[in-house]
Amino acid sequence: MRTWPSAGRVNPLSSTDTTDAAAEAESGAVVETDAAREAVLAELIERLGDAVLGSHIRPGDDLWVRIDRTAWREAAEAVKAMGFTFFDYVSAIDWLPSPFGRDMDAQEDLVVSGAEPKEPAPIVQGYAGGDTRFQVIAHVYSIATATGIHLKADVPDDDLSLPTWSGVFAGANWHERETREMFGITFDGHPNLINMYLPTDFQGFPLRKDFPLLARRVRPWPGIVDVEPMPGAADSEEGDAE
Amino acid sequence: MTAVSDPSQLSDLVAEATDTRVNLDFESEGMTLNMGPQHPATHGTLRIVAKLDGEQVISAEPICGYMHRGYEKIVEVRSYPQINALINRIDWLGSFANEVPFILAAEKLMGVEAPPRAQWIRTILFEMSRVANISLFLGDFGLQLGGMTAGFYAFRDREHVLNMIESATGGRFHPNFDRIGGLKDDLPKGWIADSHVAMDKLLAFCDEMEDLLVGNEIFQSRTRGIGVIPADIALNYGLSGANLRASGVDWDLRRDGCPPGLVYDQADWKVWTHPDGDCFARTWVRLQETREAAKIVKQLLDTIPAGPVMAKVPRIIKVPEGEAYVATENPLGEMGYYIVSKGELVPFRVKIRSASFNNISIVPWVARGAYVPDLISILGSLYFILGDIDR
Repeated sequence: MRTWPSAGRVNPLSSTDTTDAAAEAESGAVVETDAAREAVLAELIERLGDAVLGSHIRPGDDLWVRIDRTAWREAAEAVKAMGFTFFDYVSAIDWLPSPFGRDMDAQEDLVVSGAEPKEPAPIVQGYAGGDTRFQVIAHVYSIATATGIHLKADVPDDDLSLPTWSGVFAGANWHERETREMFGITFDGHPNLINMYLPTDFQGFPLRKDFPLLARRVRPWPGIVDVEPMPGAADSEEGDAE
Repeated sequence: MTAVSDPSQLSDLVAEATDTRVNLDFESEGMTLNMGPQHPATHGTLRIVAKLDGEQVISAEPICGYMHRGYEKIVEVRSYPQINALINRIDWLGSFANEVPFILAAEKLMGVEAPPRAQWIRTILFEMSRVANISLFLGDFGLQLGGMTAGFYAFRDREHVLNMIESATGGRFHPNFDRIGGLKDDLPKGWIADSHVAMDKLLAFCDEMEDLLVGNEIFQSRTRGIGVIPADIALNYGLSGANLRASGVDWDLRRDGCPPGLVYDQADWKVWTHPDGDCFARTWVRLQETREAAKIVKQLLDTIPAGPVMAKVPRIIKVPEGEAYVATENPLGEMGYYIVSKGELVPFRVKIRSASFNNISIVPWVARGAYVPDLISILGSLYFILGDIDR
């Protein structure tokens, strides 16, 4: 991979509050530690104590913190008090690998080609770890330091609920409605948890991995008939044609 | 009201929804006015259910979902280059700007960086999308407030930018030009000189709009002091872009959080803010932003470096396992993609953080106590695109 002279360059028009990591990046050295984000993490641990379950720092770039779900609202208040006043979004991730085999194949194609559906892979959570299938993720910014925090919380299958953020960040209201609608995760204390997009009587939660994308299940993938042969597989394809 | 797991609660909600389908519903304590889904001020199909007391709005609730296309689900079965064509349609007035944060997020996970020439052209096209997008806003907002002329001028002059985007990318509205590792093609011959001319025309258009619309007394009386949003409320709701800067918050991702791959530091430009936070401030900030964008384009056109426009990337794109969030300052505000990759051809999960969704969620707050005609000013000045709300 070539590295261009512009790699890791710092914008000279940035505010004076640039982080140490950004200054290190300017020198062209590989950033290994990120003092600013570690300080943020340390303060968050100090405020929340044992509720911080895991963390991940990508130096000079981003910070992920996993919070115990009982302290989810306290976490919002803590980050707001720490200057992270810009609310970005709340959403969720369903870590269940898709039970419908390889995602690029429609079920119809599997039947035609006679391929076996793949064995479901185990659930592997991303950065900052996790124990449950569903995780709620939120992002907040600090305008003063131009840094953001990704907050995650595990939501167990038997009780898909979380305290609401709408009392702390008013913008969370709509995001939580969307998350409830798409993943079925309810937010305790939310003032108006009704559907945003779907009809009121819609059954199921579309963004869950076990909710099939019907168009892909019943219709052959049109690109599959005129697909270019993959490199390496070209010989066998031509042999078949003859 | 809390969760809708309770069936009796659900039936209440259904009854309420049925009620509001009636256009005018006289009640003893007031009236329910249904605006939309087809209204010139809604840029698509948004419905506002406003409860009125005389001329005053007691509560206004936007109803979205008329244009929900389920992008977050469909991208889970599309490869990265295919997604690029899809997400063009999120904010259809500044399409190229939708592609950039997604491509940058994928590049970040892959550890690829576009060559300098591609970064320059990306930034130029990004700013051209902004000019095309906001110049239409200026005309359209005038149209909504009763100034027809501004609308025609905006459609006329936006065409200069769209012509340049089309001649470079082949697509007038949906360029689909950005690629992981660079761009689809280099610029055509003579494009740089033509773009200078087009940008000069747009700068003249801005001056014309300032005289015709922003300086107009009727326009000012319809917008000054209407729909004031204080800075802390704006941050609380996650307002971004010109809406946030019009509330006096000096925050622009182009300057403060520019992801690698865009070269805003190579041009001399300003971030404009306005202390008032009203409809006029939002319009004024956007007018200045159009000028700055045209200036950025003109400066970058003169300094495009030579070289390739595409880095070495594998022919079949597989993005390594990881998570990345990249956001850029799009014409409507902050647009970001949170990509979770499992190392396959398709992303595992993509959260699309679009600007209009947050920008319009403040409507119930800001419309309370406003008068019905002011509702049009507020909606118009918040400037949303329905595709950007519903995704």
